[in-house]
Amino acid sequence: MTFLLITPSTFLIGIPNIIKTKLSFFNIYNLKMFKLFEPNKIFKITSRAPKYVLFLFIVVLTVGLTEALVLSPKDYKQSQVVRIMYVHVPAAWISLGIFSSLALLSIGSFVFKNKNFSLIAKSLAPSGFIFNIIALVTGSIWGKPTWGTWWAWDARITSMLILVLFYGMYILAWRIYENKEQATKITSMIAILGAINVPIIKFSVDWWNTLHQPASINILADTSIHISMLIPLGIMTAAFALFSLLIFLMKYNTELIKVKNKGLDRL
Amino acid sequence: MINEIISMDGYGSYVWSAFSFTLISFATLYFVTKLQLLKEQKRFASKFGSLNEEKIRAASLQNINIEILSNTSKI
Repeated sequence: MTFLLITPSTFLIGIPNIIKTKLSFFNIYNLKMFKLFEPNKIFKITSRAPKYVLFLFIVVLTVGLTEALVLSPKDYKQSQVVRIMYVHVPAAWISLGIFSSLALLSIGSFVFKNKNFSLIAKSLAPSGFIFNIIALVTGSIWGKPTWGTWWAWDARITSMLILVLFYGMYILAWRIYENKEQATKITSMIAILGAINVPIIKFSVDWWNTLHQPASINILADTSIHISMLIPLGIMTAAFALFSLLIFLMKYNTELIKVKNKGLDRL
Repeated sequence: MINEIISMDGYGSYVWSAFSFTLISFATLYFVTKLQLLKEQKRFASKFGSLNEEKIRAASLQNINIEILSNTSKI
């Protein structure tokens, strides 16, 4: 017959063991959760998907452009120039969405120590950067006939300009740092710091007096935009999202092949 | 009808330049990314081809390597 003798030493030995067991359970859970998305397994899908995504993107973009440039009505105040909204707004939404994803993936790569997170983030950045530039340039073109100026240091425009700088720093950091671990740390820090700017961009029109109007589309409240304009806007957003998916897939495949190229050197 | 679409009530230069800039940016990003992918695939194929038999056998154990090579041969 054995007795379990509980002494202070039992606690001293036991508690670290419990923590260790919990951590190992967490790691096993982690492994199982992420094994499904291992690059080696999903490459079969990511290498074949771009051609289908490209086809879908061309179809949706064609419908979107027809709606945006021909079928949608002109605005009673802004007249035909309102059509710039169909490229400006989706580009701004997607650039913000991608930067938020970069920040979340960076946090994920810190917490789970999963290299695939940083690979996904790195592959998302180029399309986010281009969408941010498109939002700034088309906004500037839209600003001239509506506000009478190409550029104003308005809160929304300035915060979008700051975001493009963060995108630029993020992409440059991947190129500058040869050491992958160091590059992952620096780019994650840039993404997390830059994410502070995302809610500032979103709420800048409410917090400050800006040239931009407050949000016309609300998921939780009433939307003030007419359905005849909302439909083309939705289609163009879908087309832009498909384009960013296409670029992401191609870039992700390139990054995976780069890793495998290095693997061949080590053989 | 076509003239109306082109002139856009006098705002044609603004509307068309915004849409053109967007589409040109898309095309540029697509072709740059595609070129990078092709370059990396070709580099992989030439490296794989220069391996000795033993290393080829070891590399072929990973499905992803075979998948990359099969994609490269389709180019």
